[in-house]
Amino acid sequence: MTMEQAAQMGLESGYRQALTALLYQLADDELCLGHRDSEWLGLAPDIEGDVAFSSIAQDEVGHAVFYLERLHELGEKDPDSLAFFRGAEAWRNAVLLEQPNGDWARTILRHFLYDLFDDVRTEALLHSSYEPLAQGVAKIRREEHYHLLHLKPWLIRLARAGGDAQERMEQAVMEVWAQLGGLFSLGAEEEEMIHHGLIAWGREELYRRWEDRAKPVFAEAGLKWPGPPSVPEQDGRRGRHTDHLTELIRTMSEVAVGDPAARW
Amino acid sequence: MNQDARHAQFMERIERGEKIEATDWMPDEYRKLLLKLIHMHGVSEIMGAFPEKEWVPKAPTLKRKLAIMAKVQDEMGHGQLLLRVAEDLAAPLGKGREELLDDLLAGRVKFHNVFHMESPTWADAGVIGWLVDGAAIINQAALLDTSYAPYARVLKRICAEESFHMQHGENIILTLARGTKGQRQMLQEAVDRWWESLLFFFGPVEVTPAAQRMIDYRIRIKTNEELRQQFLNKYVPRIRSLGLTIPDPHLRYDEKQKKWLYTQPDWEKFGEIVRYNRGPKSEERIGLRRFAHEEQRWVREAMVRAHKMQAV
Repeated sequence: MTMEQAAQMGLESGYRQALTALLYQLADDELCLGHRDSEWLGLAPDIEGDVAFSSIAQDEVGHAVFYLERLHELGEKDPDSLAFFRGAEAWRNAVLLEQPNGDWARTILRHFLYDLFDDVRTEALLHSSYEPLAQGVAKIRREEHYHLLHLKPWLIRLARAGGDAQERMEQAVMEVWAQLGGLFSLGAEEEEMIHHGLIAWGREELYRRWEDRAKPVFAEAGLKWPGPPSVPEQDGRRGRHTDHLTELIRTMSEVAVGDPAARW
Repeated sequence: MNQDARHAQFMERIERGEKIEATDWMPDEYRKLLLKLIHMHGVSEIMGAFPEKEWVPKAPTLKRKLAIMAKVQDEMGHGQLLLRVAEDLAAPLGKGREELLDDLLAGRVKFHNVFHMESPTWADAGVIGWLVDGAAIINQAALLDTSYAPYARVLKRICAEESFHMQHGENIILTLARGTKGQRQMLQEAVDRWWESLLFFFGPVEVTPAAQRMIDYRIRIKTNEELRQQFLNKYVPRIRSLGLTIPDPHLRYDEKQKKWLYTQPDWEKFGEIVRYNRGPKSEERIGLRRFAHEEQRWVREAMVRAHKMQAV
């Protein structure tokens, strides 16, 4: 679908703007995290875990591609241009996801909490007024289901193992919590997204439903619930990021920018 | 039954073309030769993930990013399959996964020369898939008829996946070969960089006593030189058809001898690289494996504790 086609579809500009903003949030969350996940390739604590984690990384990047393709249909640039040639200020991922992985405890914790959030968010998209999004999300949820099945026991076992594993997990909770709140932001277009029926719930409901599911897992893991996370200084959903995103984009696009006109 | 009779019976099985299973009786020599081979093969797959891993975060399109992630994942998966086979062989010797990987960090097991080398450009990521995996397929396909059944079974799957890798590499290469002047130059430089390593990869021309014992036991069937010739037959025309040159002025096919003549790789140099981990990237990549194996040990230990707590 070209921009003209999008216009022909009768997408009025307010609708299109809110939809585009939402798709960027989805795409950039998945791409950032998938990229970070792939940094563990060859380095995970055991070889079986390495292989499993790589499948998760590939799923996340694959989901990002799906959202980027939908953006392209709406008249945005092609997926590769959006992934490799977009300045950090144009990215809409939550700041939490652009942070370096840290140790395995933090990697597992962040991923689990994000996937739980993504599960709630995609649930809110199942009846989206934008049919291509609703359909894609139904398929994506089937894959994400397995991520949660994989990550939840990892989190619980590490936290319950005592010793340095438990200490590292408690430390990870403190670190992740500092930026966790940014996940739930829907940015400047939140009202428009809901108004147009693109997403069923806003940030407060997303958070409430997420907390309902995260708290019992913390209890099972023997981790103290730290309370609602504060909103981080930078809201990635409004294009405000840490230097880690700039570094991530620089790394990711190193080859591509070598000759932007070339086919790779 | 005494040892000699047992051994004779075992050799009769081998000569009849029977396959040996992990639970079958086998001579210590057979076990040790197999273990040495499969252990080295397994850790080579794992170390082989690193040269391309360097390009995973930098792959220049989303399609390439997904493909190279999957490819490196396959290499780790091959390492896992092979180590499982090695673990069964090593169990009577009191060794498990941890020890087999400790051996790598302590320099007690070698890994393929190619994975000690630098991969400084995106074209190297392509050449590794195309030529290094291409060479590996030739090596591994020749082992499909090995007398040790568990090894043959995992090799079947590995070969199938490696042929995807070869296509993945070839696809990167073809795009570069049809690309800009800069891309073609990058590609030529990568071929120049890898050529000598690729010739060494198949091992010495002469059949060493250990290699002869492996042939006697039908662990392997073909000699190093046969495999190297097979590689040259397949790839010299392909490389040249892309307008690339091979950095060996003496390389030619001799019709009389029906074989390729080539400049010998620097056997001594590569021999030292492999024996003493003295390649340009040996230390750095072993350092990465040390990070995974030693610095992440706390995770594996925590999982063992958690498992015991669950069992209570």
